[in-house]
Amino acid sequence: MSTAPRLTALDALHRSLGATMTDFAGWDMPLRYASERDEHNAVRTKAGLFDLSHMGEITLTGPEAVKVLDYALVGNISTVGVGRARYTHICQEDGGILDDLIVYRLGETEFMVVANASNAQVVLDALTERADGFEAEVRDDRDAYALIAVQGPESPGILKSLTDADLDGLKYYAGLPGTVAGVPALIARTGYTGEDGFELFVSPEHAVELWQALTEAGEGVGLVPAGLSCRDTLRLEAGMPLYGHELTTSLTPFDAGLGRVVKFEKEGDFVGRAALEAAAERAATNPPRKLVGLIAEGRRVPRAGFPVVADGQVIGEVTSGAPSPTLGKPIAMAYVDAAHAAPGTSGVGVDIRGTHEAYEVVALPFYKRQK
Amino acid sequence: MSNPQQLRYTKEHEWLSDAVDGVATVGITEFAANALGDVVYAQLPAVGDTVTEGETCGELESTKSVSDLYSPVSGEVVEANQDVVDDPALVNTAPFEGGWLFKVRLSEEPKDVLSADEYAALTHSDN
Repeated sequence: MSTAPRLTALDALHRSLGATMTDFAGWDMPLRYASERDEHNAVRTKAGLFDLSHMGEITLTGPEAVKVLDYALVGNISTVGVGRARYTHICQEDGGILDDLIVYRLGETEFMVVANASNAQVVLDALTERADGFEAEVRDDRDAYALIAVQGPESPGILKSLTDADLDGLKYYAGLPGTVAGVPALIARTGYTGEDGFELFVSPEHAVELWQALTEAGEGVGLVPAGLSCRDTLRLEAGMPLYGHELTTSLTPFDAGLGRVVKFEKEGDFVGRAALEAAAERAATNPPRKLVGLIAEGRRVPRAGFPVVADGQVIGEVTSGAPSPTLGKPIAMAYVDAAHAAPGTSGVGVDIRGTHEAYEVVALPFYKRQK
Repeated sequence: MSNPQQLRYTKEHEWLSDAVDGVATVGITEFAANALGDVVYAQLPAVGDTVTEGETCGELESTKSVSDLYSPVSGEVVEANQDVVDDPALVNTAPFEGGWLFKVRLSEEPKDVLSADEYAALTHSDN
């Protein structure tokens, strides 16, 4: 197997825009085009254009496709209507999180599962195995799609100028097939930025054409190309977890404060049910640690893996940290002992290369858009 | 990207001006600033600190990472750029000018510095 990074259909375009590229889960992806802070602020106040073609699409079809997903995932996929989407997790038998996913119901018997690039193969393998014995087909569609996201308050206006699709009728976490700039696309009102926005799944051969049309449509309203660096600070401000940071196989959804995605009330057994029932009980009565937000009083930035301290004792660990462009201060997500997890808990700090810097414990998210 | 001819450079991507009355100015190069991304925090040596050529004397923190700052020369720090402490983005917008970091009274001549051309060859940048 080659170790050369995979290139998206937009690779040449990124290079012509002067992007700084980075290896991400085996893909060569744009990290930033110019200033990541400017890109971040553009998404919060105007709009940003992202290449997310590294995300892993898996299609399930067949009369029992919905049964496969109800069995394989922790969510209640039967209740997702055609044209709607659901955020969910796929867990191991022991309840550990294999990945977080978005499932789009494209038809009664057709679903698209979108996995993180780093986990796409694991998810594909698990779904294939868990579909055994069901009347359903699991298809690897990673190469079938490029994914372009336009995110930010100006994104509905930008997209409206390029499509006849009913965007006003397209709710958050919904997706419908349509045509954008003459290109067939699955138009989804989803994102990972904390802003209104759209994700457009298209054939890779149409990616450049669509990117250019969006760029032109957004020219007058401040749309800028935006890289993975600002995507990370945008999702962190919005309190959204990132697999490998807030979510891992050694945590259950309940440990991550996302127990609401687990639907015990659904019909039939599902992978991880017994372990997750125990995890739910533990989280309710005796949680070991809780996921919290931390805001710096100083200016040094906490990074993943840094110890969280109180009274000279380690009480937790930072999972994600960055300077927040919106707050103007360093912020972090961290798992901390339940005794120190209440917002406003005093005396909490982060050990930043040997110095204990003071941090305020806050509830997530750091940022919520005004609707 | 252009590296001013009159400056000297290090492999750690610092620049050093010619000394005036024994005092030289230190900063990081545009190449380094671009590689770091937006600088959000600068910890500079304090006035009166002794710095040693090739040793760390501070840190620059960007959105994605933190980098040690190495002194390109030995001597005593006589000034730190408060403008950069207040607005670290100056390192990105004017690395060779307003984004300078500190000034040193040289205790000896630096041993391991490069010309602009040598530095450009090191970074494969245009000069």
